[in-house]
Amino acid sequence: MRRRRPPRTVESGPDAELIADLRAVLGDRVRVDGAERALLRRDASVFDGGSAGPICLCDNTAEVQHAVRTAIAHGRAVVPRGAGTGLAGGAVPLGNPVVVSLARMTRVLEVDVDAGVAWVEPGVVNLDLSRHLHRVGHHFAPDPSSQQVCTIGGNVANNSGGPHCLADGVTNAHVLAVEVVLPDGEVTLLGGLDAEPAGYDLRGVFVGGEGMLGIATRIAVRITRNRPAVRTLLLSFDTPRQAAATVSAVIAAGIVPAAMEVMDRRITVAVENYVHAGYPTDAGAVLLAEVDGLAAGVDIDADRIAEIGRANGATDVRLAADDTERALLWKGRKTAFGAVAQVAPNYYLHDTVVPRARLAEVLDEVYAIAERHDLMVMNVFHAGDGNLHPLLLYDAREPGVFERVHAAGAEIVEASLAAGGVLSGEHGIGIEKQGYMSRLFSDDDLDHQERLRRAFDPACRANPGKVLPAGHSCADIQALRTVPTGVWG
Amino acid sequence: MTGVDPVLTAFAAEVGPDGPVTVAGGRTRWDRGGAVDPSARVLTAPSGVVEHQPDEMIVRVRAGTTVAELTSVLAAAGQRCALPDRGGSVGGAIAVGENHLEVLGRGTLRASVLQVRYVSAEGRVITGGGPTVKNVSGFDLPRLMTGALGTLGLLAEVILRADPIPAVSLWLEADAVDPVTVHAAVLRPSCVLWDGERVRVLLEGHAPDVAEQRDRLARLATFVDCDGPFPLPPHRWSLTPAEALDVGRSSDGSIVSVSVGTAWRTMAQPPRPVSSPVRGISERLKHNFDPTGRLNPGRCVWT
Repeated sequence: MRRRRPPRTVESGPDAELIADLRAVLGDRVRVDGAERALLRRDASVFDGGSAGPICLCDNTAEVQHAVRTAIAHGRAVVPRGAGTGLAGGAVPLGNPVVVSLARMTRVLEVDVDAGVAWVEPGVVNLDLSRHLHRVGHHFAPDPSSQQVCTIGGNVANNSGGPHCLADGVTNAHVLAVEVVLPDGEVTLLGGLDAEPAGYDLRGVFVGGEGMLGIATRIAVRITRNRPAVRTLLLSFDTPRQAAATVSAVIAAGIVPAAMEVMDRRITVAVENYVHAGYPTDAGAVLLAEVDGLAAGVDIDADRIAEIGRANGATDVRLAADDTERALLWKGRKTAFGAVAQVAPNYYLHDTVVPRARLAEVLDEVYAIAERHDLMVMNVFHAGDGNLHPLLLYDAREPGVFERVHAAGAEIVEASLAAGGVLSGEHGIGIEKQGYMSRLFSDDDLDHQERLRRAFDPACRANPGKVLPAGHSCADIQALRTVPTGVWG
Repeated sequence: MTGVDPVLTAFAAEVGPDGPVTVAGGRTRWDRGGAVDPSARVLTAPSGVVEHQPDEMIVRVRAGTTVAELTSVLAAAGQRCALPDRGGSVGGAIAVGENHLEVLGRGTLRASVLQVRYVSAEGRVITGGGPTVKNVSGFDLPRLMTGALGTLGLLAEVILRADPIPAVSLWLEADAVDPVTVHAAVLRPSCVLWDGERVRVLLEGHAPDVAEQRDRLARLATFVDCDGPFPLPPHRWSLTPAEALDVGRSSDGSIVSVSVGTAWRTMAQPPRPVSSPVRGISERLKHNFDPTGRLNPGRCVWT
């Protein structure tokens, strides 16, 4: 008679020592439960190949340092995680790494209005920070569409943008200093609150490092004074091409609005059904343009934008009457991706940047690509930055559809590069665009990016297998191979 | 991966793969980071504004171009950039990394460098960043090269963000007024300077906005027109805004930039040592990018 072996648990498996060492400091905030690990296997991207090792729910810098040092001692990789809203797979754990969650580090530590600085922990939600600052008449300028859930730490890792980054710049322009647990477990401050910190600009390099240069545990952000006057215009056009031409003409006229966002007809209809903000459902495209500053100046700019819009074929120009109407219009824009659920159960959101003057022609190309692959596409994008966000809609239950979505996505990226654009405006490279890096950069260029990364992480343990294509990061493969297999499944 | 300008390739050939080498611009900050070893060959970077696209808010310019020439090309199309004009070159300004005096109005120099093309220690042309104002495609080589004093690569060409020149720029001066109050009273001044007694402020924007801000200031003190910033003492200090105000209070002839933290003083700022982990990263950067130490030998960015 054969005796049944007792089921092997993670505590008794090959990771038992790793888990025990992590728990020595973190206690029951080291999670090894299958359901929790399954949740953190993915981020908001379509990538499904991840598998998380022990998850560390850290409360402070010392705990993050302990998690990193313990992982190193056990020869394991470390993947940091904020809200998991990334769209390029940057937070997808590859090969059972130790996952360091910053989601519990949610304190706004200090706000110094005179100095224009706030110190925050990485798990602070983007919108929560701006709400916190509202009482002192300030806000945090980067405002990704996911700002209701995404965290400042994630914004730093991805150098996130948002509709209102046209005039004020993306996250890198709003981070003064970062306390970092480096990939070797050392803690240091990068950057500083002085005017021009000494040494190489490691702070500037760290922002946008996609978790491969260390883990931010405290961040000093620049806070932006709320403008006393805001004007929000909604311009309707027959075609997206006219909207794009208006955007170029506004910039050419010497106006840099706070935001210029375009939505095509399909997405506008979906948004209007969702939020009832008064978006025109019969327009071929709408342009949401916002200017802020002092009252007289914003009126001058708003009038000029309306004039330029009409000269480029605007059929209607509406000025938001008050803050309520403005808030409703922005709610529509920022929830656009949620509104898509009415149309199709799944979507793939792309993120490329093209020179503004080429927007119209690349848009035409995007529509043609979708049609060739028998897919529906919706376009909603940060037009002022030339930052395209085509949404390819599909139903994952349809056999073979994902291959078509990927093929169409690849063609969209190629079309953007052919127009002189870049791979990503704000979502990052992660896993998604790794394979395209060689289309934008030469082998020598990529080699230099790898040299930069190796200066921070000679052992390639920090979020390995991302950003740089295989062949430019050989050590990644080794790091992933040394992972014990079996028990995590 | 667009084709590289033959002018840059020729510069790379001049740099070559070995032997100590340095690039001279206007030599306005030549001693920064220490004296270059005299054995280094002294080269000049290629010059010329290659392409200015006002409607894309970008300008492609070779590193040896003078900031003055760049400024005049941009101004002809109603734009300006974040580089300070000290009589030097574009490449020099970026390699040094100092912000413009009017950094509050123009943004930081670092944020304006969108793409760099530099010659590596191996004599190859390397591209980092991209030609768009928004870009997160890979690790940020432009940030790394800005302020690196040519110790990791020799700048050959850059793409910079260009912004519209405001309709009106107005410098005002007042005596015996609190500089912090002045800064807080106006929305986004482009510069507020303080010498411990007098404040000079730069207002920029549409004419009615500047007039309104001027009225606002008139309620604080008697402001009169002036022709620009104070004459600046020679040594630039990097301080926190609060430390800079303390320097201002000493009324020792220093000029401080309110809310920025830069101070100009008669004596040099003592070295600002970096932390041990930062030193480790810096040493590895230097080793990884310039294994034989041939680029600007003798210069060091950190202490």
